[in-house]
Amino acid sequence: MALPKYTEPHYRIWHYVYLFICGCVFFFLIAPLFVIFPLSFNAEEFLVITDGMKRLDPDAFSLRWYKDMVYGTKNPWGLAAKNSFFIAIFATIGAVILGTVAALGLSSRYMPYKGIIMATLISPMIVPLIISGVAIFFFMAKAGLAATHTGIVLAHIILGTPFVVITVTATLSGFDHSVTRAAASLGSNPVNTFMKITLPLILPGVISGALFAFVTSFDEVVIVLFLAGLDNTTIPIQMWTGLREQLSPTILSVATCLILLSTLVLVAAELLRRRSERIRGINR
Amino acid sequence: MSSETQKILTTDGIPLEVSLKKVERRNKFKAFLLVSPLLFFLLIVYISPIVGMLFNSVDDRMVTNMLPKTFSSMETWDGKELPSEEVFKSFYQDFKILVDKDEHGKLATQLNYEKNGFKSILKKYGRKLNNFEEGNYKEQTVDIHERWGNVDYWRAIQRRAPAYSYSKYLKGVDMYQNEDGKIVQVEEDRRIYKKLWVRTLKIAFYVTLLCFLMAYPIAHLLATLPMKYSNLLMICVLLPFWTSLLVRTASWMILLQQQGVVNDFLVWIGFVADDNRLVMMYNATGTYIAMTQILLPFMVLPLYSVMKTISPSLVRAGKSLGGTPFITFWKVYFPLTIPGIGAGSLLVFILAIGYYITPELVGGASGTLISNQIAYHMKYTLDWSFASAMGLMLLSGVLAVYWIYNKLVGIDNIKLG
Repeated sequence: MALPKYTEPHYRIWHYVYLFICGCVFFFLIAPLFVIFPLSFNAEEFLVITDGMKRLDPDAFSLRWYKDMVYGTKNPWGLAAKNSFFIAIFATIGAVILGTVAALGLSSRYMPYKGIIMATLISPMIVPLIISGVAIFFFMAKAGLAATHTGIVLAHIILGTPFVVITVTATLSGFDHSVTRAAASLGSNPVNTFMKITLPLILPGVISGALFAFVTSFDEVVIVLFLAGLDNTTIPIQMWTGLREQLSPTILSVATCLILLSTLVLVAAELLRRRSERIRGINR
Repeated sequence: MSSETQKILTTDGIPLEVSLKKVERRNKFKAFLLVSPLLFFLLIVYISPIVGMLFNSVDDRMVTNMLPKTFSSMETWDGKELPSEEVFKSFYQDFKILVDKDEHGKLATQLNYEKNGFKSILKKYGRKLNNFEEGNYKEQTVDIHERWGNVDYWRAIQRRAPAYSYSKYLKGVDMYQNEDGKIVQVEEDRRIYKKLWVRTLKIAFYVTLLCFLMAYPIAHLLATLPMKYSNLLMICVLLPFWTSLLVRTASWMILLQQQGVVNDFLVWIGFVADDNRLVMMYNATGTYIAMTQILLPFMVLPLYSVMKTISPSLVRAGKSLGGTPFITFWKVYFPLTIPGIGAGSLLVFILAIGYYITPELVGGASGTLISNQIAYHMKYTLDWSFASAMGLMLLSGVLAVYWIYNKLVGIDNIKLG
């Protein structure tokens, strides 16, 4: 973005103003995440940057909130983390299976009523969560699944499938169907063809859909608020309660861990996207 | 007939046309079979309960079932003068059953919605219930309180007779059906929902606008920078995108509180006095700031993917034909980005209009949206039919925007990450 030498001064100024604006927006986007780090190492019980921290006094920093997170008495985070992972993993598996199979059907050129069906399958992503929450709550209460892990997993499968459908259909849009025909002509049955030919090729799309589904479930609070009993508490629910009632620095330790987790997910998603683009590039 | 004989046949002797149609039908069926597990799962667990909300929202059988005899004896009543002795007697019997089941409080609440002042006279009625003597119920009832002799109260009861009503929808827009059956607005000082709808739309609109104003320059920068820099900057967009919503809301709560980092900074540069720190949380300001930052990636990503496809040679061509950078931008570049603007804006607007978590945590009284009101009625007042009605009104708005989005952008074109 270097400016050519002949640029007139007022455009030059405008260019720097533009870069400055961009810098501010990037700062606005990313900076809030970094407030959490120093405060989670706070030695005090307050959620403010203390004078000691400003002086970089080593005594002002401590790991006490991390210790509290792991070893604290009556701490809910262990159970919450267990539940969160359990629910997210099963919801992801469910969403990936249902979503991938549906995406295979959707990208067939014979699929009837494609538009309306696609709109239906994507709708859980569009409908406001509060409405989904109310509707799913009514269903689960009637089905006797309120306050059970099963109910929450089913609800999270609903929320996760649109992401899988979208990412897998996107991968399939560059998919060369002659390879599956070749496999079939060589005597492979459809299941075998899918496992050996199609799946490895669309795997980047499937995994990135799975990441979305996992993160959606892992971060979901509205529906769990309606469905969860005391035994089904999850990390987001604990954070929600903590944020509403009293902001304790322990929450920030948890938040720091979650940011690290999302960094991992981001790296994974980015690698997958590049790989998927490369595969599609070869096909073209 | 020559055309009959010329029909191409397959080896089985079936006309090719028929055979092909059969194959196509089979392929259609196969494709549908693949979609069906998810489709039926969603229809049963998700779509049908949403449709069920429609039923919930007009379901008004609660009072109907509480006063069965009263309503059946009221059928012939013209509503001009006090109802007959028969009605008073059935009301006494119905109410006695309710007291035995300890449900008379619910009835009082419901009837009080219909007409103010019911609660106290029903309480009095309940206390005197055991003093009632056989015969002449009308006189005894009116003796309890003069309002029982007021025909308006009996008309209010009669209005609750139908098993289904759309009154919850009227309530959602601050209207009700008055004594004469006309639909009118509630008194000025009790109009709360209309204000809430307007606020929801206003906040969603301004958040979308703010997101657009902030996303446009950075999407442009990301699309024009060389790959190795833009990938690095893209992390600034993607990391918040992947980070937990609650974590981001928590960080805004820390930043915006009165002893928070933003206020500290403003005091330090001397913008505000130390004893006069800004209140940026638990009001609409907090909602605006936090929602804008949280929804910003949803605007940047569609804009970026459109801008990425615009060839830089178009802008160069514009400049070489004598356009100044501003003219070239406005006449060449900007029109090409309109699909991205449409996609991003509609997506952000749809997400913003139904937002719940962030407004609930940082919004306070003046920054909460319609979703928060729905949750409130679900959890605290337990008026589920009203919550359903409000939810469906919100949903119909969202679906309208979704429909436009589908027409303009196409849901197949939603891109993630």
